[in-house]
Amino acid sequence: MKIFLLRRLLAAVPLLIVVTFLASAMLTLSPGSFLDEARMQPNISPEFIARMERVYHLNSNNIFERYWYWLWPALHGDLGNSYASQAPVSSLIGERVVNTLLLTGSALIFSWLLAIPFGVFAAVYRNRWADKLSGFISYFGLSIPSVFFSLLAILFAAKTGLFPVGGIHDQANWDDMNSGQRFADTLWHLVLPTVVLGTIGMAQYMRQMRSEMIETLSQDFIRTARAKGLSWRRVVFRHALGNAINPLVTLFGFSLATLLSGALLTEFVFAWPGLGTLIYDSLIKKDEPMVMAAVAMLTLMLVVGNLLADILLAIIDPRIRLE
Amino acid sequence: MSNRNVREEKPEAAESAAQAVDQMLDSRSVPSRSPWQIMLRKLRRNRVAMLGLYVLAGLYLAAIFAGFLAPYQYDNADHDAPFHPPMLTRLHVFDEQGNFHRPFVYGIKPEDLQLKTFSEDKTKSYPLRFFVRGDDYHILWLVHSDIHLFGVDAPGRIFLFGADKVGQDLCSRLLYGAQVSLSIGIVGIFISTLIGMLIGGIAGYFGGAVDFVLMRVVEVLLALPSLYFILIMRQTLGTAFSSTQVYLIMVLILAFIGWASEARVIRGMVLSIKEHEYIVAARALGYGNMRIIIRHILPNTLSFVIVTATLSVPFYILSEVALSFLGVGIQEPEASWGNMLRDANNVRFLTDFPWVLMPGFFILCAVMAWNFLGDGLRDAADPRTLN
Repeated sequence: MKIFLLRRLLAAVPLLIVVTFLASAMLTLSPGSFLDEARMQPNISPEFIARMERVYHLNSNNIFERYWYWLWPALHGDLGNSYASQAPVSSLIGERVVNTLLLTGSALIFSWLLAIPFGVFAAVYRNRWADKLSGFISYFGLSIPSVFFSLLAILFAAKTGLFPVGGIHDQANWDDMNSGQRFADTLWHLVLPTVVLGTIGMAQYMRQMRSEMIETLSQDFIRTARAKGLSWRRVVFRHALGNAINPLVTLFGFSLATLLSGALLTEFVFAWPGLGTLIYDSLIKKDEPMVMAAVAMLTLMLVVGNLLADILLAIIDPRIRLE
Repeated sequence: MSNRNVREEKPEAAESAAQAVDQMLDSRSVPSRSPWQIMLRKLRRNRVAMLGLYVLAGLYLAAIFAGFLAPYQYDNADHDAPFHPPMLTRLHVFDEQGNFHRPFVYGIKPEDLQLKTFSEDKTKSYPLRFFVRGDDYHILWLVHSDIHLFGVDAPGRIFLFGADKVGQDLCSRLLYGAQVSLSIGIVGIFISTLIGMLIGGIAGYFGGAVDFVLMRVVEVLLALPSLYFILIMRQTLGTAFSSTQVYLIMVLILAFIGWASEARVIRGMVLSIKEHEYIVAARALGYGNMRIIIRHILPNTLSFVIVTATLSVPFYILSEVALSFLGVGIQEPEASWGNMLRDANNVRFLTDFPWVLMPGFFILCAVMAWNFLGDGLRDAADPRTLN
């Protein structure tokens, strides 16, 4: 187990390097820099700009050199300072990572909680109305653009007033709340983005669950279990479900990238202060250290997520040994 | 994209297969069909897939003939009527006195410029006319004309689906936007499929170091959260481009990300195909490697390629929508379904003028239709299902 973990984490290093190098190269090659805008503003002194150029090596257009100047301090735990706010990137990014994890995590839980029962029912009542309904829901979830769904959710929130129309918490009263109220407030803000992101993810899981379940239910050991006199419910939920759920865990690893991409749009529309909006804003402002750190964090989240999926699979399926 | 290969066991398939074989043996009169004919027959019997096909045919025809169907050019704005509500419910056939007329609309009377409310100016009425002359347009760069399917006479305006924030007709912009949003799927999938087939073919056929390197590249591309990388790449290329250039850039970036999943599966198929005798025969005849890959191996993957390509089109459509919505895709005044939705990213506009959400329904329809068609094609191409 330990060796497996170590090997997987080592295998992730080249991926991290390639991804951050690509991002750094593209940022270096992109026309204009943060300083172009700074030069325009009269209240920013030329000394400051000269210092920025020196400290961040902004004069160099060599992609390898620039990458090295980012990588070397980053390896020592220094992600640099944000150009825009001049604060250390590491102090700004932590909260964003937590927010994105909160959103994607709750969306994942939401989609699993719905996908498994719907998928099982669709498989058990195959070709009946329950199956057709869940088939339609899955087509809907696969097809609806997350932008459009988010906008519909906001329209619903604004018209009914049941939910906030965006943000992560109530800005006005946040300081007066105690921790219990803060928790409740954050949850309340979390509902709609979770439903949007979760429904989109659910479609894939539900289809997979249905087809795996259909395949499992047609196997001999299910007939044996029924022949032993076990109730249908026990057979479905104890014998079949446990066997059918494995591919879903594998799919979870694959779908992480899609989930994070979807999170960008949902965060953008709901003004959710997560990694997605951070990358978008920093890209527009050409705040390179910020983008680099966020991209590195995103890739790290993907790698760790995939690793978790593998470990989870090993726990659920006794046939798999991690060695 | 490719992880939706839902496996479906059909017990009745085996039964009907047996019946089919019996029939064949009984009467030799059953005409033999090529695999493509069988696939087409199965597709035609799938009602949901055919519905998708018809919807797509309608949408793409509307996009091609956008100039003719749209009453106005996409950038023709009436600055006095921003966010005018849809006129679909304001098409009248009876006038004030209750006399029957051909369908007509009243003139636009601004009520409150701040709140952007409008009422009908009952003193002026404009009958709905067909085949009227209006803005110039081209159909597929070939036909040049100024005749529109419908419209109203000059000072009057018809906003069937309402107007956007500068007073442009939403119906016209939807039709013009379809040209961008729908074609990007086809063009993008065409390019990425070509790349994917070629790279997958080369990796599978040559194997060894070539295979190893190419597959590592594919793995990196698949591991990336694509939208973030598309966004960064888009920023790299800057913003000083015409909309045609932006369109091309978007297609190329999307194809650059999208070929990976295709290549990986093609490689797997090529690995098994290249062991067949006819490939050995081709090699014995002294054909070149590329000729064998392109002429002899890749055509055998075609039915699979068509299925995955169809199922991948939504990725391109949705990515264009996302990029244009985020403001780095097609820029105003050019229309695309994504940048039209930008108007809705404002709670006041969204609640007061909900018709700005209209493009979303069209995106949903188009993507759903592609998914229906793709699933239908997959079932039809699967030799295990017989009907």
